[in-house]
Order: sequence, then C-alpha cells, then structure tokens
Amino acid sequence: MEESTQIEPTAEPTAEAAEASAKINVAGAQPEIASDQDTDQLKITLGEFEGPLDLLLYLIRQEQVNIYEIPVARITDEYLRYLNLMQELDLTVAGDFLVMAAQLIELKSRMLLPRDPFAAAEEQEDPRAELVNRLLEHEKFKAAAQMLWSRATVEQAVFTRAEIETDTNNPEVAVGLFDLLRVFQQILARHKEEVLMEIEREEVTMAEMIDRLRNMVRSAGELNLIEFFERAQSRRELVVAFLSVLELVRLSEISLVQRETFGDITACAVTPAT
Amino acid sequence: MSKAAKTAEVADIETTSVEAEEAPIEGRREISETELRSITEALIFVAEEPISAKFIAQVIDVERETIEKAIEKLAQEYELRGGGLQFREIAGGWQIATRAEHHEHIRAYLRSKPSAKLSLASLETLAVIAYKQPVTVPEILEIRGVQSPSAIKTLLDKRLIIAKGRKETVGRPMMYGTSKEFLIQFGLKDLSELPSIEDFQDLAGGAIE
Repeated sequence: MEESTQIEPTAEPTAEAAEASAKINVAGAQPEIASDQDTDQLKITLGEFEGPLDLLLYLIRQEQVNIYEIPVARITDEYLRYLNLMQELDLTVAGDFLVMAAQLIELKSRMLLPRDPFAAAEEQEDPRAELVNRLLEHEKFKAAAQMLWSRATVEQAVFTRAEIETDTNNPEVAVGLFDLLRVFQQILARHKEEVLMEIEREEVTMAEMIDRLRNMVRSAGELNLIEFFERAQSRRELVVAFLSVLELVRLSEISLVQRETFGDITACAVTPAT
Repeated sequence: MSKAAKTAEVADIETTSVEAEEAPIEGRREISETELRSITEALIFVAEEPISAKFIAQVIDVERETIEKAIEKLAQEYELRGGGLQFREIAGGWQIATRAEHHEHIRAYLRSKPSAKLSLASLETLAVIAYKQPVTVPEILEIRGVQSPSAIKTLLDKRLIIAKGRKETVGRPMMYGTSKEFLIQFGLKDLSELPSIEDFQDLAGGAIE
C-alpha cells in the first residue's frame, strides 16, 4: 500500500506553480474556518470523504484558496484536526488518511526551509507541485464521475422491451396435450399421497387411546404396559398412549403394579368402590 | 452516421461478404427498400441487445451498406414522428427504446423504482478506468489516493469492467477496461463519445491565467 501513495519527487514544477510560489501566503491572510462547527454537521460531512485527497480538496475549498497556492501549514493543521475528530467519533481512520497526514507534515517542514536565493526562478521547485498535480488529477476524475452519474440517471429512465418468450428461454411452452395430461396425473397422484398422510396424522386421538387401554385392561383383567406401549406406531401415538395411562390412573380406573424391583409394570382394572 | 456500427466487430466482415455472394437464393437480393427497412426495424425490435448493421446484413443476407441506409432512414422516421420510442445507436449497435421523458409513467406501470445507483467510490473508480484503460489496480488506487480496491470488485460483479490482459511489468498485474455493458448502461455509442478528460480540467483547476 505504501508504494501507491508515496510522493515521487520527480514531478517537474509547472510554470504556474513556480509563479505561484513567488507569492506564498502562509496562514493568516485568509479567513479561518469556523472552528465551532457542531459535531452533527461534521459527521455528515465526514461520511462523504472517499479518501484523503477528497478530504484535502474539501478543506482547500473551505479555505477558499487557489489550489496552486495551498497554505500548507494551515491546511495541514485543519487536516490533522479532522483526523482527530474522526478518531473522537470512533470512526476508523483508514491507513491512507494517515499516510497523507505524514506527507502533509513533511511538506510543511519542507516549506519552512529557505529557498536558494541564487537559483533561477524556473529551477525553484515548489514542494507542493506533486501534491497539486495529484489533487487536480483527482478532481478531474471526480468531475468525470459526476458526468457518469448523470448519464446513468438518464439511461435508467430509458426502457427497452421485455424479454420475448421463445422455446429456448421457456422450454415448457413446447409440450403437447399428452404431456399436459401426464403432468396433471402426476399432480393428482401427489395430491392423493398428501391426503393419505393427513389421515395418518389424525389416526389416534386421546379419547380413542383411552378407550383402547380401558378395553384391553377390562378384557384381560390386567395388562403389561410394555405390551401396550409397543403397539404404538409413531412417536405421537406413544405420547398419547402414555398420557392415556396417566389419565386412567387419575380417574382411578386402573392401578399400576410393579411386582418386583425393575420388573414390568402392569395395569390392573380397579373395581369401582361401591 | 453509423461510424460505430462500421467499426464494431470488424473481424470477420470479409468472410461474411464472401458468403453473401455465394448465397444460392437469388430472389433474396430483390427485397424492396421499404421491405428491407421494415425487416431491419423488426430485427432491431426483437434483438435482446443493441444489434449492429453488420449483423443485420448477415441475417437478411444483403450488403451492409444497404442496411446502413435503411437504418439511417429509420432513425429519421423515428425522429420525425416524435413518438414514445427512440431509435438510437448504442454500444456499437442499434436499439429501440422508450424516450427518457416518459420514465415516470413507465415506472408507474412496471411498479419499479430506479435500481440502486453505484456509490461515489465506484463511480470514481469507473471514471478512472474509463479514461485510463487499460489500467492496473495499483494505478487506479494511486489516482484515487485510496488503498481499498473494493470498488473494483463491485464493478467487476456488475460486469461494467472486464480484465484486459496483463501488463508486462513486475508481477504482471491484471489490466482492466470498460465492457460493452458499460456502454449500454451509460448510453454511449462507443468510448469516443465520452467527453475528453481535459474538458474537466477547467472545472478542476478553476481559472488559471
């Protein structure tokens, strides 16, 4: 990531930049940015910055300075103030913002160095030239993005016809009457199965199970519960069977007897007390 | 007028015209101009994507110039009629589409909203790729001054950009350029229709003496 943002000291200063450097105006001459902006307002603004160049451009516009005459010291201070604010607001400050901060501070210190008074005006390289070029390049593409945005907006308002139905994109259309019949029969068959399943689910009700238990106990006098439970064919039936045993015990129609420790439990009919 | 249509898919024009000359059915060549225009319109209507004059010529089995003339006439007709449809050149082909000013009513009928727009980050990345293509990821990030390549993935997912081979340099990084889908979505005939990047200079730098 370092390699893509590092400032290469290769950029030749443009004539304009060199001219601009003759009238450097470090902080003070321009009106200060209002420092008591409330945090809410800043939060909204911060969200818009796509990267450090964006933030820098914003600050330069706030300061209303010529992009070729960036007051490095003041802009650097503003930039760092924003970074602090972002940290205070618990926004993760991406690495590229910090890289730019370092570059700005370096630039600021280079601006403080006195210029070579004997060098010709053209040779006096403005240390800001590289940054200015990057900012201008960035701004150009921001404008291009704006243009793309409006083009896309217009394009979204234009509609073409919907997809035409053909055998390729809708093969189901290519069937005969008998195919249709077969599918219909399949659906009928599936429907039948579903109905069967529903009946099964409703097979044994609580009342039926109680009756069954009552009859079995009455006819035999007593009943091994294991035998009774083993008749259950589903989990649900088993639950119902268990509940019906409890119910008949509650109603004192049967009593449960265990003849030996860990032995089988037997249900015995209770002769109603007279 | 159809410079884009001419340049599009130049690759196998020669083979096509040879085939056309060898076509056994002589009668086909005697389609009247009106009929040809009407067939051309029908094909453009039915085509899923913008369709080039060359491709139409292949389908009808006539010379491309004839189709180009028919298309020119059709474009005039649509313009003159001033109806709800426009006949336009896009992404190297021709297309029949609704006029943008009717979007409100069309959306009301389709019950659709404008689909999600690209984020500013994606649009900026797209702008860099459109003007600098073919361009590698590090070069894009350098211009944008950010480290995150996530916008590039978004653009690839939306098929707005495509890989355009590798750059012959250290690490042979992948180069990217815009796709045909990009031309379609942004309503461009071809890339030359994009305004020059230098035109944005004035906007960017402000007044420079």
